[in-house]
Amino acid sequence: MSLLKITKLNVALLAAIVLPLAASAQQPQSEQGSAQPATQPAPAQQAPPAEKAAVTPSRNAPQESHIGKFTGHSESGKQLFYRYCWGCHGFRGDGNGENWLPPGSWLEPYMNIQPRNFVAGTFKCRSTPTGTLPTDQDLYNTLVRGLVNSNMPSWITLTAQNRADLIAFIKTFSPRWQTEKSGDPINVPAEPALTLNSIKHGQELFQKLECWKCHGQEGRGDGPSASTLTDSNDQPIRPYNFTTGSRFKCGVTNRDLYKIFITGVDGTPMPSFADVVKPEEAWDLVHYLRTLQVTHKSPELTLWMSTKEGAAIVSAQKITGTPTGSGIKQ
Amino acid sequence: MSLLLKAAAKEKFFGFASSLLLGFLAFIFFFANVQSASAIPAFARKYGMPCSSCHEAWPKLSPFGQAFKDNGYQMGNDRDAPIFQNPAYWPVTFRITPNWHRESQNLTNVDGPNGPLTAEGQVTTHGFDWTGLDFHTGGTLAKNFSFYVLPSSANDGTFHFESVWARVDNILGSSWLNIKMGKFELDNLLSEKRILTITNVAGVYANYHFQPLVFPGSLAAPGAVTESYGFGIGDNQVGLEYMGHSKDDRTRVSASLLSSQDGQPGLPNGRGYSGFFAASRAFQLGSLGVQRVGAFAFIGNMPTYFQFTQNGAGVAGTGIGNKSFYRDGLIGMWYFKKLDITTMYFHGWDNAFLGSNTPSTSPLPTDANGVTARAPTWNGALIETHYNLNPQLILINRYEAIRMSRQVFATNPGNFGNEDVLTFGWRYYPFISSRAGFAFHNEYAIMRQRGASPITAQDLTTSSLLAGFDFDF
Repeated sequence: MSLLKITKLNVALLAAIVLPLAASAQQPQSEQGSAQPATQPAPAQQAPPAEKAAVTPSRNAPQESHIGKFTGHSESGKQLFYRYCWGCHGFRGDGNGENWLPPGSWLEPYMNIQPRNFVAGTFKCRSTPTGTLPTDQDLYNTLVRGLVNSNMPSWITLTAQNRADLIAFIKTFSPRWQTEKSGDPINVPAEPALTLNSIKHGQELFQKLECWKCHGQEGRGDGPSASTLTDSNDQPIRPYNFTTGSRFKCGVTNRDLYKIFITGVDGTPMPSFADVVKPEEAWDLVHYLRTLQVTHKSPELTLWMSTKEGAAIVSAQKITGTPTGSGIKQ
Repeated sequence: MSLLLKAAAKEKFFGFASSLLLGFLAFIFFFANVQSASAIPAFARKYGMPCSSCHEAWPKLSPFGQAFKDNGYQMGNDRDAPIFQNPAYWPVTFRITPNWHRESQNLTNVDGPNGPLTAEGQVTTHGFDWTGLDFHTGGTLAKNFSFYVLPSSANDGTFHFESVWARVDNILGSSWLNIKMGKFELDNLLSEKRILTITNVAGVYANYHFQPLVFPGSLAAPGAVTESYGFGIGDNQVGLEYMGHSKDDRTRVSASLLSSQDGQPGLPNGRGYSGFFAASRAFQLGSLGVQRVGAFAFIGNMPTYFQFTQNGAGVAGTGIGNKSFYRDGLIGMWYFKKLDITTMYFHGWDNAFLGSNTPSTSPLPTDANGVTARAPTWNGALIETHYNLNPQLILINRYEAIRMSRQVFATNPGNFGNEDVLTFGWRYYPFISSRAGFAFHNEYAIMRQRGASPITAQDLTTSSLLAGFDFDF
């Protein structure tokens, strides 16, 4: 009798197992798409009219990425995107994920930078000239590194293949990837020897190029123009604060800093200085900017502090006292 | 006769109807237009990421989620400290599972004609119910200072603290130096607290809690052990943990110094200490994914008697006559795209005094042939398979086997106390949100314990069937 009961229940259990499996098989879109809020229109509803579509590249054409020996496929990346990324970047990759709330909302203190809008095809961290598409490797590096002071974490725990697949899928959001090629990586000349003159020249350039207007005289991101800046999404954006750490938005090395300076940070007010300064001047600026990172021991800071002038400036910049809860050194 | 037929027909009808009802309910569950909830679990609302980022299928962690946990619940973008949150942010979430379940055991010890607890009978019951309630609160106190407090209740509302710890993370800026103190889950590769099954039979890993039986028909199930020796490697323990990991979390090591209390508060046992050690390494295998292998060892000791008693009961904290035991094992987690298989080899050893429930001041008991009690040893195996069809649906299967390699008494049957546990089920997440979690959970588990029935020493079979709404808010 008991066994009979178990059998009946198992039949019911089997039915309960089979039904959702059948549903899953019948609804291939549901693998990722069924989680879409009912209030949002389906992607097809946003497609352009047929006559326009005939001349407009498809936004969803399959893409590949090539990073070293790995070839990424957008179909594989799609599954990953809808597991990891859509909460911030949105179902359509437009940066309007369910977690993005505009400034003034309760979430603002954390997510005060709108997630990247992949549809626009504009990327901050590139090795390519301003206005051009980044290389696959650039996007890959961003996934590995994450973006400091933002909600974008490092995805180093994913496999290299996963990351390559994600890059391929990200490229399906913008038609730019079908009509344009990635820019050619800029040439980064060898870093010249660090000298005091180099730092001092960089200091002069910092004034001459008016970097201080946004970044502030001490590099705290509090220059007179800082409060007026907006990014390409018309959202307020704060200039980088050099004094709070060792990492930059697009890397940690001097070479990364050089690239930021020459390529600019597209989508933000930070322009490219490629046409304004010579390469050796750019390196001078890099050396000076390192001295603004007063809590990060670097060769530049050490050399700078060996001078009376440098020591006095750094000493004045350093603030000591009770450690803050933010973990940010002052 | 006609009445009997009617009764049979009626029973058949209700049996069919109940099956139909279950099927219908399942149909409704899966085809109903489920709206996203506006709930806000602790980490999801802090970081705005869907639960599928950190969980392959919650509560099972993904490699990304494991790295987040190992890093002290930090993303590492210099925005983890509470100072970056709205002051109203309170990192709390709770989990509970209303459910229908059926429990059955073939030879339960019951009262009989010869007096209390002198018979065995099959006990089967079923009905609607709910699980215990977990209140999770955890996160960062400041950059590189993390914590976790988990008041947990049984389904009758009796609370205890499942976890209470604080951790100093990334000491000297190194991910290899993290120190945790309090009550916490042992840093084992196969986490019992993140188990995907929740029935009474399979809600824990059998290997993690196995203790050898002493002798057949001794009313001993699930184990006649000393008053103070109740131990499960799956239980949260109290102590100090060192943990280190590589930046990409591929390599992980930990060592813990633990009070020998099996996680009980108030120092109820003695003054002994135990140790737990674990290490694992992950590696990428072609396009299949990240594979992980690891090893663990628990080396413990427990008192065998109390130095002082009050009205016959041991005075807390005065347990002495410590005897040792250990558990160790190897774990592999193998990923083949959407299919993953976890394998574990487990080995256990108890000192003869612990195994035979004997104070260390007394001579070891002997069996019918005059052979003294021996230190019991056993081996175990686990194979658990998940098929992650998509972030919303996961199929689960698990088989555990435990085989005694040396009985406490030589006269015990060789297979006495051996266990087999088979579990299968599935979880369906109708929505994936960064605010709340919901899973329709179905599971069936059956366990057989050789010769473990309390009087007649027959095989003891226990089964559990559960269907429920597992949610997290």
